[in-house]
Amino acid sequence: MNRGASYYLKHPFWQAVLVLLASYVLVKWGIEYLPPALGSLVSLITEPLGLGRVNWPSAPVPRSIVVQYMLTVMVAILIYVSENEERWRRFKEPIRAVMVEPSLKNLRVALLILFPVLVGWATYQQAKGTVSAPVGLRTIHPAAPTQFTFRGRTVLLSELSNPLRTTGSLEEHYREGMRVYYQNCLPCHGDLLNGRGHFAHGFNPAPLPFDVSTIAQLSEAFVFWRIAKGGPGLPRESQPWNSAMPAWENILTEEEIWSVIVFLYEQAGVEPRRLTEEGGH
Amino acid sequence: MTELLLLVQAAADTTGAYGHFPLIGARAAVWIAAEVHLMFAAFVLGVPMFAVITELIGIVGKDPKYDKLSKEFTRLLVFAYSATALWGAVLVFFLTTLYPRFWGHLTQIFGLSMWIYVGLFFAESFTLYLYYYGWDRWNAGRSKWFHWSLGVLLNVWGTIVMFIANGWLTYMMSPPEGATAQGLPPEVTMWGAIANATWMPINIHRLLGNAVFGGTVAAAYAAYRFLASKTPEERAHYDWMGYVGNFIAISVFIVLPFAGYWLGREIYAYDQSMGITMMGGFMSWLWVVQAVLIGVLFLAANYYLWIGMQRIPGAERFTPYTKWMLLVLVVCWIVWATPHTLIVTREEQAAMGGQFHPFLDVLGVMSAKNTAVNLMILTTFLSFLLYRRGNKRLTVEWARQGTMVQGAMFVIAAVVVVFFGIYGYFVPDTVRIGFSVYQVLSVLACIVGVTVVDLFLTRGAESKGEIRWGQMPERSQYALFILAVTFTWLMGLMGFARSGIRQHWHVWQVLPDTSPYASTPALGYAANMISLCVIVFLGLVAFIFWLGGLAERAFSKEQPAPGLSPQPAMGD
Repeated sequence: MNRGASYYLKHPFWQAVLVLLASYVLVKWGIEYLPPALGSLVSLITEPLGLGRVNWPSAPVPRSIVVQYMLTVMVAILIYVSENEERWRRFKEPIRAVMVEPSLKNLRVALLILFPVLVGWATYQQAKGTVSAPVGLRTIHPAAPTQFTFRGRTVLLSELSNPLRTTGSLEEHYREGMRVYYQNCLPCHGDLLNGRGHFAHGFNPAPLPFDVSTIAQLSEAFVFWRIAKGGPGLPRESQPWNSAMPAWENILTEEEIWSVIVFLYEQAGVEPRRLTEEGGH
Repeated sequence: MTELLLLVQAAADTTGAYGHFPLIGARAAVWIAAEVHLMFAAFVLGVPMFAVITELIGIVGKDPKYDKLSKEFTRLLVFAYSATALWGAVLVFFLTTLYPRFWGHLTQIFGLSMWIYVGLFFAESFTLYLYYYGWDRWNAGRSKWFHWSLGVLLNVWGTIVMFIANGWLTYMMSPPEGATAQGLPPEVTMWGAIANATWMPINIHRLLGNAVFGGTVAAAYAAYRFLASKTPEERAHYDWMGYVGNFIAISVFIVLPFAGYWLGREIYAYDQSMGITMMGGFMSWLWVVQAVLIGVLFLAANYYLWIGMQRIPGAERFTPYTKWMLLVLVVCWIVWATPHTLIVTREEQAAMGGQFHPFLDVLGVMSAKNTAVNLMILTTFLSFLLYRRGNKRLTVEWARQGTMVQGAMFVIAAVVVVFFGIYGYFVPDTVRIGFSVYQVLSVLACIVGVTVVDLFLTRGAESKGEIRWGQMPERSQYALFILAVTFTWLMGLMGFARSGIRQHWHVWQVLPDTSPYASTPALGYAANMISLCVIVFLGLVAFIFWLGGLAERAFSKEQPAPGLSPQPAMGD
């Protein structure tokens, strides 16, 4: 029987196949290319209006996310096809036909060979050795201690605040922070504070960027603790951290650390996290 | 020299403080006993809540099928109660023999409350026996109200018992200031130690959680009985029971995240370090797993409702909308479960240009998560509304305008949620946290407003036909199983997060854990342990379900009770 394209487009089974393929294309390539393409399109309007170029960056999607999203889509498809009795019956039609119809014997045999081969191939891909470091669940936020020692002095984190916010000229502190940043932090954290300094590609994990998703969520006391104690001062939980960050308390003065913190927040254009009146966050 | 002193101190702290348990070790033994005890306890505290509610509906509405349902819920309780007590005894014996010094510390502070606890346990047990075995004795007139008040009393005892036990465990997380390994300072009373910073948030969170848990397990019981039923009457009854269990579970589940939010906030306020470990540090991956599992819960609940619409005459007019609701739920699920820090290889990290994906990073922060979860709640509520409206033809004159007002409420709530979700990216952190309150309030206001309008709107509505109870495809019942299993697993998982953030402390920064098991277990190990506890619990529950059926079959042979079930569908 010769069936037109509309038959397949209206059939739940082929709809499911189509949605699955379209989702894969969207997840695998759409997320990578659509945002920059849309940014370019919008720029066609904004640039003539003098509003500048719109930049919506993206990047290849990691495999773990592709797998997660595709599993979600498959669950959604199964829900869609089975939540209606008639749709469920029709969805199963081609599967049942392949299983029992004498006229589809060749296809059945081909699938019976192909399926185990695919499983075997996937298993081989999982099991074969690679030269890459193993992928792990990284913990990104170390829990701050209640207190720590700074150059032999015990400091309570909850009572720590940036003294430069209330003394002297903020402009001067900013300039001093800029000097400290460019002399010490630039090679890893980058000229644009985006974590892409000259050395950045040599590190795993990569140096952090300073933006809304990082320092805006942290109090200045927390950032001070991180800069002062660096990688060696990270808590024992969640090891290995593999951080290459030096303990800057051995290199910078207390005022230099506070001034670089002023610079980071000013330059990133975000406010540090503050305790609420109740003492919480 | 300092190291030697520390070693001597550690040896002194440890000598006689811990016992040994063969093969699996002391921690695993206590873990299993505590977890399974807690799961049974949650069940026996959750089920009485809706047993008394359904009994009340039966009394007021003079509908015997609610009374039968309530009794059936209670029958499960009688069996489950013994299991709770057994596992509680196992836990106490394990604690006294394996963690004697820690247990000594607790008894020193909470001794009096433990005696009260035991006394209340007696009161609760005997109230339950009176409630269950007096069901047929006190089944009419004033005596029925007396019987119902026993159910209320059962809830009161159960709630107080839970609140006392919560005092002990929250003390371990947030002990009052001045507490030491030797005990409380003179100015802090036992009550002060019980009513600590996280006590009331845990009380509320567990109260709601128990109701959800009880609902899902009771619905799973109904699903099991539905699949095993041999007559249309039985199928109709258990189909209806499954619906009621699911309805209760999801109704309460919708407000559960708000109670959890309060608990998290109090943990942060008590100790920032504990808060960061929980939300951003070591335990943060659990929240991604939690998002996946809660997505499963939402989808399973909606799926069950959508399939159920097929047995409601007139509900077919709503089926074209289900695919759009599914789309919203799935997109929100994807957003919610997208981690901030992705699992990447070295090469993928280099291709992304750093730790975070430049585009997906947007989905990894709280603004996106809060928006997603609030939209999922709204969508699930809409499913319930359409289900409820299924076989009704509105007869009030303002039916069209009323429905439009309801629609407008949904749209306004969704716009508020999305607006604050997007705006949250452009404001400082402290301001953004406040936005979640506006999002939650708009959703709650929508739920309350739409429900109130609906009550008036459906007054005097004509029926398009009775719900064909029992005409449910069997696959729908597996959605109820998924709900029960997922919620049980979720409870164990998040319980680990709450307990694990104490790290190497029995009592946070008061009594250190100096046993060989002081380290916080890795997530993989924890997941295995939790899965084991879930299997043990569900295995025992399956046995209880079977017992429930056995007892009923024996009873019905002696005394058939016709006319107490929803009417099964005839014909077609």
